[in-house]
Amino acid sequence: MKRRNRYPWASVLAVVGLALAASQCTPSAPRRSTGGAAVQSDVAVAALKTYVPPGDLDQYYMFSSGGHSGQVYVYGLPSMRHLSTIPVFTPYPATGYGFDDESKKMLGDLTWGDAHHPALSETKGDYDGRWLFINEMNGRIARIDLRDFKTKQILGPVPNLHGNHGSSFVTPNTEYAMMATRFSVPVPQRPVGIDKYATEYKGIVAGVKIDPQSGEMSLGWEILMPPFDYDIGDAGKLVSDGWMFFTSYNTERATGKLEVTASQRDRDYIAAVDWRAAEKAIAAGLGDMIDGVRVLDPAKVPGLVYLMPCGKSPHGVDVSPDGKYIVGSGKLQGVTTAFNFEKVQTAIRNKDFTGEEDGIPVLKYESIKDAEVPVGLGPLHTQFGPDGFAYTSLFLDSAIAKWKLGTWEVVDKVPMSYNIGHLAAAEGDTVSPDGNFLVGLNKLSHGRHLSVGPSQPESSQLVDISEEKMKLLYDAFTEPEPHYAQIIKADKIRPIEVYPKEENKHPLAVWDVNETGVTRNGNRVTVKMVAVRSSFSPTSFEVNRGDIVTIAVTNIEQTTDELHGFALLDYNINLVVDPGETKQVTFTATKPGVFAYYCTNFCSALHQEMQGYMIAK
Amino acid sequence: MQSSSTRRFLDQPIDWRSRLMLVVAAGLLVTIYFVPLWNMTMFAPQYRDGLRLDIYAYTLTGGNNGQDVREINVLNHYIGMHELADTSFAELQWMPFVIGALGLLVLRAAVHATVASVMDVTMLFVYFGAFSLWSFGYKLYQYGHDLAPDAAVKVPPFMPPMFGYRQIANFEVYSYPRAGTYAMLGVMLLLAGALVSTWWQSRHTPEVPAPAG
Repeated sequence: MKRRNRYPWASVLAVVGLALAASQCTPSAPRRSTGGAAVQSDVAVAALKTYVPPGDLDQYYMFSSGGHSGQVYVYGLPSMRHLSTIPVFTPYPATGYGFDDESKKMLGDLTWGDAHHPALSETKGDYDGRWLFINEMNGRIARIDLRDFKTKQILGPVPNLHGNHGSSFVTPNTEYAMMATRFSVPVPQRPVGIDKYATEYKGIVAGVKIDPQSGEMSLGWEILMPPFDYDIGDAGKLVSDGWMFFTSYNTERATGKLEVTASQRDRDYIAAVDWRAAEKAIAAGLGDMIDGVRVLDPAKVPGLVYLMPCGKSPHGVDVSPDGKYIVGSGKLQGVTTAFNFEKVQTAIRNKDFTGEEDGIPVLKYESIKDAEVPVGLGPLHTQFGPDGFAYTSLFLDSAIAKWKLGTWEVVDKVPMSYNIGHLAAAEGDTVSPDGNFLVGLNKLSHGRHLSVGPSQPESSQLVDISEEKMKLLYDAFTEPEPHYAQIIKADKIRPIEVYPKEENKHPLAVWDVNETGVTRNGNRVTVKMVAVRSSFSPTSFEVNRGDIVTIAVTNIEQTTDELHGFALLDYNINLVVDPGETKQVTFTATKPGVFAYYCTNFCSALHQEMQGYMIAK
Repeated sequence: MQSSSTRRFLDQPIDWRSRLMLVVAAGLLVTIYFVPLWNMTMFAPQYRDGLRLDIYAYTLTGGNNGQDVREINVLNHYIGMHELADTSFAELQWMPFVIGALGLLVLRAAVHATVASVMDVTMLFVYFGAFSLWSFGYKLYQYGHDLAPDAAVKVPPFMPPMFGYRQIANFEVYSYPRAGTYAMLGVMLLLAGALVSTWWQSRHTPEVPAPAG
């Protein structure tokens, strides 16, 4: 004990010295830094490429899915300015969506949806600027008309379909949009124990038929699939037209904690669906009626579906612009796999199978793949440029890899901040990609923006792909959650800015102030109302308590930007009526008293005077 | 009291060149039905493309498929101006008729072919032109001055520009004649030309004694 106490200072000094030395060994930032200089762009170049002077217009529209916000967000590129929000699956008071009778009926009982993959309508494999389709998880798909940027139809919930994730990818002439289930359930729906998952639960792939003139959607066919989780899809084009490809994971048919149980096999599958064969089979009356829908069983209709083995738990499957290659990205791998469509056809012809799943042949991996491209860790999704280059997002590496189709060499990488999910290149999933720009849709963004507390925005990063080296140009922060986006040349869309009077066929529309007023039929009261700068007609009306009241407001303006709102206080009524439009709301006058209505959408210098009263006796 | 030389000039037949001018003048009068007489265009920051009002002999039309007239009326109602509508302009009722009548008189002069008949129709035409201009100016004055007393926005009475540019509140207002007015001017010149041409001829032609009767 005495001896130990002899050099107390020496041991203290040694400890401090060691600590100092250790602290010098650890850098303050990662060596292979993605937060430092590498992520910053050449400021002057980036500023010039993205700056759109006041009053000037962007070159591209980007339609970004709003994920569980249920909406679609419209951005201008290259400025990345948020231009508008198109409400689809969720009420949106800003445009009165989900408050008037028509949109309330369209939403049904669901006031929420998890919007995922927007798909622009195509003609000959190229965007035609007519419609935008978007799916959501509750078995629904919606159509937005790009003539007025409004949701026109919501189809579903479609029977037998649970968790519509693998959607809404359209075929090259917009014959179909697709639906595919992330969750398998018993088909038809009934309570069945989870222990029977592998045999009694089923996945579904469905084709939603689209009317070529009106865009009206109807259910075309359903195919019964093994209980895998179907994830993302893409339609074949040109040489591969007629085929649809869907990735799947949990081909283990596992239950419980899937993060482990569904990650056991080295390969899962891409399901190749011959959608023209499905169309023919339905026309021939094949399939069984399940829950009111005709469902095809591939075990009974040979040639309908083939399974292509693909690297572990694939997410994206993307067909090259010439239709020759199918690129599948196993998200738990370091490579992305390029399959050759011709080889797939040969393997099918030669019955080059290695097995089957519930009667569906499994093609031999070695026979159909052309290359495994070493893009980096966690490849998710691939887009294309006009010059034979492909761009693959790398979730784990937080980067985008640029590689060449055919030579399969990776030529460039650009870091993303952080954890990129999908990516969208300008017209990058069509037969003629535009190049120029690409947007990385990132899941995390911390530290890249002023802090807004724990609920952090997602980030969308604009990348210049017009040259050999990719360059990060701009960080934009987007509403949750951009799963995928479509970028289309601005001149392909020509929206109207007012609804022409002649087109207004609403039965309660009135265009003359003298025709406005209240009519009563028993306890049903109809108020025909006109809104025009800066008054409502009538300016007051009376109802009795318990009346079922319908108010139809016609905005008789034919001037761009002259929207009028109609809010009725305490009755949860909030309409926004565009120029030339009539909107109708029906409610029961449960509360007696006097209630103000007023214009919510600023219209003129006398906007504050635009008001009236409902007297409920 | 007319001197005999004046009387002789008035009775004198017009030559073929003058007749041709009269026929062209009648043709020009017809074009007035198809083109606007006057145009007023208003620009404001929020109306970068301008609001356009075309005045025809028989109607008022707005730019942007007629929408601009509705828009002008919506804006004008705030300051209590009367609504611009075809029905509130009696001119639009009688102008087409008068133009037609003048056309027939011009043709009559071409056929009747005396200096007197050309002189008559010229006088009528000058009167019609002057009256129309005065009436247009008077209407503009009225519109700018006869404002509803209960208007939401009180503005001092004003005179919209009849010719040229004027700033009215936040609007740049431009008012200029269009093809129809120029056609009327052309008719006037042709009528005058017919007279001058005949007069020139009569001065340089040796007098032929009237045949004894």
